[in-house]
Amino acid sequence: MLNKKNKTYYTCVFFFCLFVLFLYGPTFTIVLLSFQGPDGGLTFPLNGVSTYWFKELWRGGSVVDIGSAFERSMILGVIVMVLTVLLSVSAGLAFRKKFWGSDTLFFATVASLIVPSIVLSLGVALQFRLLDDFTKWLGSSLDINYINESFQTTLGMFTSGLGAQLTWTLPFGLLIMFAVFNRFDKSYEESARDLGATPWKTFKEIVFPLIAPSIIGIALFGFTLSYDELARSSQVMGAGNTLPLELRGLTTTVTTPVIYALGTVTTFVSFSVIGISIACYIWLKRKRG
Amino acid sequence: MMKLLKLKPSVGLLSIPYSLIFIFFFFIPLVLTFIISFWDYNEYSIIPDFIFENYSYIFKDCFNFEKDMCVTFKTYLSTFMFCFITWFFTLIIGFFVAYFLAFYVNSVTWQIVLFLICTIPFWTSNVIRMISWIPLLGRNGLVNDFLLYTGLTDIPQEWLLYSGFSIVLAFVHLYTLFMIVPIFNSMMRIDKSIIEAAYDNGANGLQILWNVIIPLCKPGIVIGSIFVITVVMGDFITIGIMGGQQIPSIGKIIYVEMSYLQLPAAAANAVILLALTLLIIWIMTKMIDIRKEL
Repeated sequence: MLNKKNKTYYTCVFFFCLFVLFLYGPTFTIVLLSFQGPDGGLTFPLNGVSTYWFKELWRGGSVVDIGSAFERSMILGVIVMVLTVLLSVSAGLAFRKKFWGSDTLFFATVASLIVPSIVLSLGVALQFRLLDDFTKWLGSSLDINYINESFQTTLGMFTSGLGAQLTWTLPFGLLIMFAVFNRFDKSYEESARDLGATPWKTFKEIVFPLIAPSIIGIALFGFTLSYDELARSSQVMGAGNTLPLELRGLTTTVTTPVIYALGTVTTFVSFSVIGISIACYIWLKRKRG
Repeated sequence: MMKLLKLKPSVGLLSIPYSLIFIFFFFIPLVLTFIISFWDYNEYSIIPDFIFENYSYIFKDCFNFEKDMCVTFKTYLSTFMFCFITWFFTLIIGFFVAYFLAFYVNSVTWQIVLFLICTIPFWTSNVIRMISWIPLLGRNGLVNDFLLYTGLTDIPQEWLLYSGFSIVLAFVHLYTLFMIVPIFNSMMRIDKSIIEAAYDNGANGLQILWNVIIPLCKPGIVIGSIFVITVVMGDFITIGIMGGQQIPSIGKIIYVEMSYLQLPAAAANAVILLALTLLIIWIMTKMIDIRKEL
């Protein structure tokens, strides 16, 4: 067996620690820098300690409307999360047996993960553009007043934006379901069926409690990936930008620590969501165990 | 026939909502992109047509070898370079992190905790993780402070930020996880008794690594490589932010063409990018069966 506590072991430990430092170090520096005094700049040294830049962020000083972008991102994140859970769990159940088109659907799932995001974003944008043209044509040829006067675009956060993000979150959800069912002990289910439980009852009483912790994982992926998604969303959000899109714009225009303050806030939100999910996961595991 | 008569609502139907999303937001958009890449356009609209100009424009001057290399080839070459360098570093780092987690961490609880520590940044904002390099690598950043203080250089180094270096650094920072997860997964499936057998037969640590562990990790390495290479191939955000909007990439060409509403031209570029990406993946998946690896 690989010898423990020898030179290789300590080299590996050291290497791992370096990697963790590499992962978290930079984020830590911007959290530190966001708590500077009013004279602070984008780099070290720290000019005093204060919450000035957070107040500045809150006031909206020099920054586009971050508050509503944040709100939009949160709402979209929750919707994506709910849909990701519902659709990938149900698809995961379907995939336990072969069905018509299951291979194609699996292929599409994997392909969606590796198709360059800009290509997908372009495709969805084109599709909705054609949909717009079609709607306008319909409006003018059938003389529909409503369309002719007030229709602008089908492109939007909850149409094209939502769809584009789902192509990114759903594959993670389904792959998690695969991992779960590959390790799933079928005998509980079979005994429930033998005792006369209906399929729905079997799912509710047996399968669901067993997969519940993993569903928390799917929800975590659904929310956080949507909340931070940028590449696929870049062309399809319509009029209202999400937080990552605004943030990307700010990287070229803002030269004060206010951008670090914003970074600290979104990172805090992400970490809270991750923390809550992990806590729920552990709680569900314990309850079962 | 009997089977048909007893047809019950099948569990397979549960996949319909999921399938609809992929038909409407994945399959149709990609088909449309392909179709529109043959369309014509002017300043404000796209015009149904069947022309090859969008493609021939991309390769304009590319096969005239007396001149310098054309923009398209240069861009692809630079993107391939980023792919290769990023792939190399993520593979080395990812492999050893996975190796440590799989073989040197004994308790399952610790394995989970350390694995989570590696995963958590994946659930936070990529843009924030990119800009967090500014205070370290900038002209007045910590690295330059250190170099000046120790006398290693006399003037601040400019190549640290908004350069090829910072782009690769950010890629490695963001995407090493894509290597760690599948390689770790492959390693956890290795039967420990195989390693013990090799050890009992007198193999040393390095021989076990090279002749036993690496071959058995091949599927994980391939999956991780596919992820890293495809994500770098289509990137325009990391190269944009970390390259100071100065370094070209294929994704960026598509992005810029879209902002000028040259949609068919963008579509043609997207088709070529997609075809190349699929070609790379096809070659790599020849080596393994992904579905068995989950």
